[in-house]
Amino acid sequence: MLQYVAQRLLLLIPTFVGITFLAYAIMLLAPGDPVDLFFAGGLGAGTEGVDSDRLAEVKADKEELRRELGLDRAIPVQYALWLGRLLQGELGTSFKDRQPVWDKIRARLPITIIINVLAIILTYLIAIPLGIYSAVRSGSVFDQISTLTVFMLYSLPVFWIGTLIIIFFGGGDFFAWFPPGGLRSLDYDTSWSLWQKLSDYAYHLAMPLLCTTYTAFAALSRFMRTSMLENARQDYIRTARAKGVSEPVVILKHMLRNSLIPVITILAGLLPALIGGSVIIETIFSIPGIGQLGYQSVLARDYPVVIALFAASSFLTILGILISDIALAWVDPRIHFGKGRA
Amino acid sequence: MSSGAQNYRGRVWAELRRQKRAVWGLSMVVTLAVIAVFADFIAGGTPLYLQVDGQSHFPLFREYAARAGIAKLPPELAGADFRELNRRADAAIWPPIPYASTAVDITGEVFAPPSAQHWLGTDALGRDVASGMIHGTRISLTIGLVVVAIQATIGILLGGLAGYYGGWIDIALSRIFELMLGIPTFFLIITVAAIFPPSIYAIMAILGLTGWIGIARFIRGEFLKVRSLDFVTAARAIGASDTRVMFGHILPNAVAPVLVSMAFGVATAILTESALSFLGIGVPQHLVTWGSILAESRASTFAWWLAVFPGAAIFLTVTAYNLLGDGLRDALDPKLDVR
Repeated sequence: MLQYVAQRLLLLIPTFVGITFLAYAIMLLAPGDPVDLFFAGGLGAGTEGVDSDRLAEVKADKEELRRELGLDRAIPVQYALWLGRLLQGELGTSFKDRQPVWDKIRARLPITIIINVLAIILTYLIAIPLGIYSAVRSGSVFDQISTLTVFMLYSLPVFWIGTLIIIFFGGGDFFAWFPPGGLRSLDYDTSWSLWQKLSDYAYHLAMPLLCTTYTAFAALSRFMRTSMLENARQDYIRTARAKGVSEPVVILKHMLRNSLIPVITILAGLLPALIGGSVIIETIFSIPGIGQLGYQSVLARDYPVVIALFAASSFLTILGILISDIALAWVDPRIHFGKGRA
Repeated sequence: MSSGAQNYRGRVWAELRRQKRAVWGLSMVVTLAVIAVFADFIAGGTPLYLQVDGQSHFPLFREYAARAGIAKLPPELAGADFRELNRRADAAIWPPIPYASTAVDITGEVFAPPSAQHWLGTDALGRDVASGMIHGTRISLTIGLVVVAIQATIGILLGGLAGYYGGWIDIALSRIFELMLGIPTFFLIITVAAIFPPSIYAIMAILGLTGWIGIARFIRGEFLKVRSLDFVTAARAIGASDTRVMFGHILPNAVAPVLVSMAFGVATAILTESALSFLGIGVPQHLVTWGSILAESRASTFAWWLAVFPGAAIFLTVTAYNLLGDGLRDALDPKLDVR
């Protein structure tokens, strides 16, 4: 087991290097230059109508900026330099505002983590009991309704629901039950009591949290029920019942434990899906989190920030796969690691 | 083999038709396809029939013929303003929704709520939403189907190679699969979509090139399992080439489950394209798609019709393909065949 984990951890390195190099290459090969974009902001997009003296000056300035940002070197060299800096814990500085990338990420990380961790906890708290109940009462009206609901939730695009919530409940022409976005009220005051601050956050986070939770919930719940149903049909369940094991023990110990296997595997996919979902949800609700930072940086071609976020999320994705593999081994004693793997 | 495959196919088909949800999904999928194919007849700015100055014209058919290069548009129709012609026409048959999806009309009703004239309202540029929805079906379905075709081709090819030949080819390809699994796909798609100039083809390429790992891994496993079975050895013994064994003998055994993931793939592709267009980095500005109409509602929250209808279309389409995929999977699963 330990050997397997060590082996997998070692394999993480080439995978990580491969993925980040791919991202680096795609970004730098793409049409459009961050330096041009930077200058376009100050001087207008075109250079028409600028006299030749100015033109030469601008060109020299651009060259200098390009050198300063390291964009004049070959892509593999740039990548190697980036990787070297990363190993020293250095993420570089943003092209846009020359802030250290790490500071930008750190400022926006907590809110994204809070929303996603809350969403995962809520998801598992609702989905697992619901999956159990649905499978135990398989075929009942409750099961049919909940299965249909979950199925519809699964196909509901989150950007649609988010938009509808803002239009109908976010204080437009209809109801003003929730704020249309942001994190704090306009009259937010640092002198507020802790309770006031918390309830203000809750007021603003309720809708984004709802959107994050329902997507994860729909994905998990479907798996939970199918998995429970598949196990309910197995012979060992019949055997357990036949030898007189009480129903709660059959369900909670025999069925549930085996049904958790695919649910754990899902967690690996949930992590990257939530990162992707953050982009949409944070953009809709104007939440200053990682997703919004990523989206804005992509639009501004702020490569150092984009690469850092890309590296972080691919690291999380690989880690998620690894963790779910290990958790799987822990839950399912039939899985042996090490030699002899197909 | 052919009669066995026929039986199997017949059984799956019968099982599929027994499931109400799958039938519902399939009929939705067919309806959507019909809407996409006949979009110009349901909504558009070109009349089907027009009688001007005692002369009969079939402008829409003429346009099709002209586009196919069979016939030229008659001079009086080329570049004609049909709305202008309509005023002095003796008779005309228009599509039920007589507006082109991209026709800008800022002189008339901008942000008109749904009415008898504009069934689903108009947007900020006076474009008819109903027409945009009908033509959006075409774009969404095309993207979904092309993306899935790309994914299946790459997945079957690479998965087949890895599973059939094994050895170092398998090791190398499996490493690539693992690498692809670790990519945060949605973030990559957003990055690429935002950096490259917006185009439908770019969207198809990105989605097609990122979503094939599931199919590849499945096909690899299937080929690994089957390649040492007797019928494969027999096929090889009578001198079938590798290509023939792979695609003629082994692949048919694995096609059905691939169809399941292709149905889900269409749903995912349509969802992702809409999300990109919603974020404003999907299809080009001049095109009208479900996602782009929905995106407009972000800036004009009072125009609820810009959000409700296109979102519902995305939802229904995604549901239809998911239902079809679900039903197909259940129909193929021998474990569930207990009734």
